[in-house]
Amino acid sequence: MEKGKKTYWKGLEQLTNDPAFVQIERNEFPEKLPLKDEEFGASRRDFLKMMGFSVAAASLAACETPIRKAIPYLNKPIEIDPGVPGYYASSYINGSDYCSIVVKTREGRPIKIEGNKLSAVSGGGTSAQVEASILSLYDKERLQNPTKNGSPITWNDLDKEVMALLSSISAAGGQIRIVSNSIYSPSTLAAIEAFKAKYPGTEVVTYDPVSNYGITKANETSFGVAVVPSYDFSKVKTVVSFDADFLGTWINPILFSKEFTKTRKLGSGKKDMSRLYSFESNMSLTGANADYRIAVKPSQQGALIVSLYNVIASKAVVPTIGGSSSTNDAISKAASDLWNSRGNSLVVSGSNDPGIQTIVNGINSLLANYGSTIDLGKSVNFRSGNDEQMEKFITDLSSGSIGAVIYYNCNPVYDYPKGTAIAANISKTSLSVSTSDRSDETTSVVAYQAPDSHFLESWNDAEPIAGQLSLSQPTISNLFNNRQAQESFLMWSGNEFTYYDFLKANWEATHFANQSVETELQTFWDKTLYDGVFVPAVSVEEKSYEFTADLNATAQNIKGSGSGLELVIYQSIAIGSGNQANNPWLQEMPDPVTKACWENYLTVSQAHAVELGIVMSEGNTQKVDLTINGTTISVPVVVQPGQAQGTIGLALGYGRKKAGVVADDLGLDANPFVEVKSGIRNYNITSGVSIAATGEPYRVAHTQTHHTHMDRHSVIQESTLAEYKENPAAGRHFPKISTSTGKKQPYEVSLWEGHTYTNHHWAMTIDMNSCTGCGTCTIACQAENNVPVVGKEEVLNRREMSWIRIDRYYSSDAEHGDLKALEKASENPEVTFQPMMCQHCNNAPCEAVCPVAATNHSTEGLNQMAYNRCIGTRYCANNCPYKVRRFNWFKYHDNRDFPENLSMNNDLGKMVLNPDVTVRARGVMEKCTMCVQRIQYGKLEAKKEKRRVKDGEVVTACAKACPTNAITFGDLLDSESKVSKSLRIEREDNHMRWKEERAYHVLEEIGVKPNVWYFTKIRNKEA
Amino acid sequence: MHTTDRLSLNVNFIARFSAFLFFILIVGVSSLRAQEISEDAEVIAQGEQLFKANCTACHRINERLIGPALRDVHTRREIDWILNFVKNPQKMINSGDEIANALFEEYQVVMTAFPFSDDQILSVVSYIKAESDKPIEVAVATTTAGDGTVVEHGMPQTYINVIMVGLIVVLVILLIVLFLIINVLARFLKEKELDEDEREVVEQRLNLKALVRSNAFLGFAAFFFTAVVLKTVIDGLFTVGVQTGYAPTQPIAFSHQIHAGQYQIDCNYCHTGVRKSKSANIPSVNICMNCHSAIKNIPWTTNPSPEIAKIYQAVETNTPIEWVRVHNLPDLAYFNHSQHVEVGGIECQTCHGPVEEMDVISQYANLTMGWCINCHRETNLNTRGNAYYDKLVQLHSEVSKEPMKVEDNGGLECARCHY
Repeated sequence: MEKGKKTYWKGLEQLTNDPAFVQIERNEFPEKLPLKDEEFGASRRDFLKMMGFSVAAASLAACETPIRKAIPYLNKPIEIDPGVPGYYASSYINGSDYCSIVVKTREGRPIKIEGNKLSAVSGGGTSAQVEASILSLYDKERLQNPTKNGSPITWNDLDKEVMALLSSISAAGGQIRIVSNSIYSPSTLAAIEAFKAKYPGTEVVTYDPVSNYGITKANETSFGVAVVPSYDFSKVKTVVSFDADFLGTWINPILFSKEFTKTRKLGSGKKDMSRLYSFESNMSLTGANADYRIAVKPSQQGALIVSLYNVIASKAVVPTIGGSSSTNDAISKAASDLWNSRGNSLVVSGSNDPGIQTIVNGINSLLANYGSTIDLGKSVNFRSGNDEQMEKFITDLSSGSIGAVIYYNCNPVYDYPKGTAIAANISKTSLSVSTSDRSDETTSVVAYQAPDSHFLESWNDAEPIAGQLSLSQPTISNLFNNRQAQESFLMWSGNEFTYYDFLKANWEATHFANQSVETELQTFWDKTLYDGVFVPAVSVEEKSYEFTADLNATAQNIKGSGSGLELVIYQSIAIGSGNQANNPWLQEMPDPVTKACWENYLTVSQAHAVELGIVMSEGNTQKVDLTINGTTISVPVVVQPGQAQGTIGLALGYGRKKAGVVADDLGLDANPFVEVKSGIRNYNITSGVSIAATGEPYRVAHTQTHHTHMDRHSVIQESTLAEYKENPAAGRHFPKISTSTGKKQPYEVSLWEGHTYTNHHWAMTIDMNSCTGCGTCTIACQAENNVPVVGKEEVLNRREMSWIRIDRYYSSDAEHGDLKALEKASENPEVTFQPMMCQHCNNAPCEAVCPVAATNHSTEGLNQMAYNRCIGTRYCANNCPYKVRRFNWFKYHDNRDFPENLSMNNDLGKMVLNPDVTVRARGVMEKCTMCVQRIQYGKLEAKKEKRRVKDGEVVTACAKACPTNAITFGDLLDSESKVSKSLRIEREDNHMRWKEERAYHVLEEIGVKPNVWYFTKIRNKEA
Repeated sequence: MHTTDRLSLNVNFIARFSAFLFFILIVGVSSLRAQEISEDAEVIAQGEQLFKANCTACHRINERLIGPALRDVHTRREIDWILNFVKNPQKMINSGDEIANALFEEYQVVMTAFPFSDDQILSVVSYIKAESDKPIEVAVATTTAGDGTVVEHGMPQTYINVIMVGLIVVLVILLIVLFLIINVLARFLKEKELDEDEREVVEQRLNLKALVRSNAFLGFAAFFFTAVVLKTVIDGLFTVGVQTGYAPTQPIAFSHQIHAGQYQIDCNYCHTGVRKSKSANIPSVNICMNCHSAIKNIPWTTNPSPEIAKIYQAVETNTPIEWVRVHNLPDLAYFNHSQHVEVGGIECQTCHGPVEEMDVISQYANLTMGWCINCHRETNLNTRGNAYYDKLVQLHSEVSKEPMKVEDNGGLECARCHY
């Protein structure tokens, strides 16, 4: 195999050529059968027992076939036809996360969430958490009844008692607090106003599980508006991010990913792309996608930002500022790029320090980004939490001056740093209520639980960004004896009408009254409900904002770099702040960068690990004692290439105690370590951090090196923008095969005759320039195709079932084989993400080896897998060069050994299963089908309407979910389809050629002719 | 002769004259309603389809059912009246229309409103007119004839049978001839002088015992026996899980014979999903109540039916009816009714058998994979007028003269039914 220019590696064990790994990586299945002795070593007695049972069972079964009932509706609702899916626009409102969605229902139960293209707030994209939230609906751990001190109570009694207490507290002039995450539903706010009117001592306290209050505060000092502004990444030419993971977790990552990747797309005449600089400590998704990534300690951030300001200020000929500053080449390079693209640039910082954010505002102001890429008028309402209010609340609570507290769908006992103080002082109130729809750390300490409905069962509205409205509608009636929290507020304020009526009346009075397009309320309402979103004609008034902060004074407070170990607390992509921690799909989703799942861990740099004496291989690692300001915890270590020297990282969202069977006691809770500095949460702990090796061995479930082979340089093909501009085929690898008649292209040599397609030829393209590695596609696939969750143990055994995985490759410019240079590169490697699923090869190696023809080729280009035919020899998986076939080692459904596989192990969880896709049995192979059920559905709809399938009608779940449109699916025989056009397909006597220079097949040299094309990764960096 | 001639002339004249009068009448009537009642076959066909799908639950042309017999309704009522009444009967009754109120008095049921266009209603009237113009007996005769759809297939089978019979006849003749030749030769040899050895050969007698004991015979018998047993076992195994004829007792003794056979209610009327969904759908109780809110009796009697009462009970107690599923496909097989009925144009009876003759519904086809595959091999793809198939048919006709089968469009592939 030809050696490429670069060396790619997936894990450090691969880079260091660890012998254990080398041995294990050669085998698709690392263990031999039998799996476990004690499990399979049946004794003679067991044999007789089994024998006796099977004879009895067989004879019983022979008597009569089981009677299956068919129960039709009593009164069939006109909009439901069994077997026909329905789609409803709605909104994902979960804590301070928002996404406009379309919910697919079957027989009245929601089974899949997809993005709503009409929304300007989420741009039609979703995230892994949004996709997975459908499973949270069917979680048995949700509260099923209103309770008082843990025992069930009727809503009537609860209302009576709560209202009596509220009235007496209010009458005595007592203080009532409603504690919540950001509230951005206008009608909910109106309902709370009604509540306030009845109980005058009421105040609303909002905080977000992860604070952005530093930005709000900085905008208050800079511009006099205390908001988180809208950022427009679609216009950017240069982005400089200081620890702001805007592609992963920062503010509105779904939209930011969509907009940012728009500036990164190449082809069809577009030969320019934006440039991203990332100065960060942990390897985040943003850093992994950056053209220039500079590993810095959190304490260096302020000084770097000051010096960036100064460099730009000198270009803009304005006075520079004092304070400590440290400059480097990257800063001056970033500064000149920023200056050259002023008005179309962005500087963002993830810091929650208002001082740092003020200087960032200063830089953006110098760059004329306000009014262009930053819009202060369009405030992001779903990140409007106020840390200072929350701090004051905790002080008041501790002093006993609060009479009643209502926790409206929030869990501060867990997700606020001073959660323990809240839990301890809750008894000082005379009334405590929680409206969370699931039991959590907060519901377990309050007196009354008045469970809200799940967002998929609720009516609601939202104004996530000023001037952008959306509606939520129930897609299923309440599964449990729940009531919407807004209805509770209305009830307690003495208004006995449903929230639906209230909501509609509110819209009638506001948005319907203010528009002139529709004359009838019902038409207006139906249309808005159908669209899911509504933009009022008179949106936010244009206003100019003047930057007024005293930067010099601010800069004086910015401290220079510290010398000790620093801890950066971050959100993982899958779990986030942890409010969906009990969702096994998210728990098993590998982190895009570390590729570990099922818990959190301390990320340390390679050099640091060597110091600690930790060599990580195949998930084998050690626990260390982490001490933060006197508190010591024992935590496993994951060695992370690219981790800034002198820093360690720990994810939020884990260490739940009362979340449910899946999440409880997974990992460690990082919230208590979050500092509160002058009333604002700070996630960068720059002093008092130390770690000590304990030598205690531990295994972290990694998918990092599973199903992978090193030294295949034709897998990742990449180049730089400058080279691409000269030659669009830059970075491409053109293998040649030696034959008796000279060297030939691999596709000119074949044993097979190949297939001719006459009807459809389904194919997929994946643009590695657009793929950010966010993993949304993996969860979308899991939901669509009934992919089971296997649990940490089985992941450790390399038996995860995901049909699509995101391969993360590290690379560096070092010469191939120069191990010294490579070792240094692992300090800050380049990263490439590559979604990998069945490539649906036209010369499929798996098809040739199946002894029972269970896997074979269709006339539409699909590599099909017939589960009921498969006998489980696993030859196909052994022969698959892409390692994308998954074997059902166990029966994952209806099996008490897999309690974490919620979607298949209880009646409620099973409601999420896609009824068009088989739940696979033990002992069969499975793999990506290119969502054949969707293909069949699309074709059938076209046939019914007597026309051909239109491009875009049949889309796989992964392509549909991809927030950056990196995945395109379509019919190559349709010359107008997006795939055909992006590949620039040309045909000549039944031979199909693609002319797009960037498009390539992974492992082209083996001649399997896949139906999935990848587009080269182009980095916008100078050579 | 003379008188008869005159008479015939008279008759002729009268006939011509009445024909002329009739023509005038027809022209007069049709000029009045020419744009409304059509005699175009296509319109009538459309009307027939609409009538059978929507009206037959309550109406017949020649028979009073829940509603009146509709024979000659176009002559009895004004067209505008029909249009208004079909669109909103309740409104007509409320408006105090005499005929509408009289009908309500007589039948005690308000007809369901049908949101049809004028053209659609007129097509139905056209169909009724066309039917009314036919004599009653003929109409009945055609319906029965129309029901007996004969599916012709197995032409190759007859050929094979003829060839086989021919072969057997030839073989028998061959045997007889050989026997005769042997006899003649033996007789000829007996008359000759032969030595001991030769005589032994000539006078050889068939020794049955020795034959039975011979290895060849035993071997053959053993092989034959094993083959038969194996074949029986394999055939037996193939019937495991095959439920042809499965006719479980249903919670309500519903008779398709009465509903689909006698009253000719279109299958679509109750099985609403069959053209749009993967499942045909067992009708919900509200569909039963469309008719049974009025029909409470055992047919042809005045006794309330205990079976119909079960529907009322379901409504009153708000409990759905738990039917026993007759056609069970395994979970691993995906089947879509709309693909076969709407797109493929397959009759329900093709798979479900003569449902209209079944008093108790039973499984007709064996629903095995072999049965599916066989049909996909033999059935022509219903491509006519469907732009989805245009290019495919063209490509197919370039390489084959045979009509395009389901198989030719990938109808035998795994992932068409298993995913």
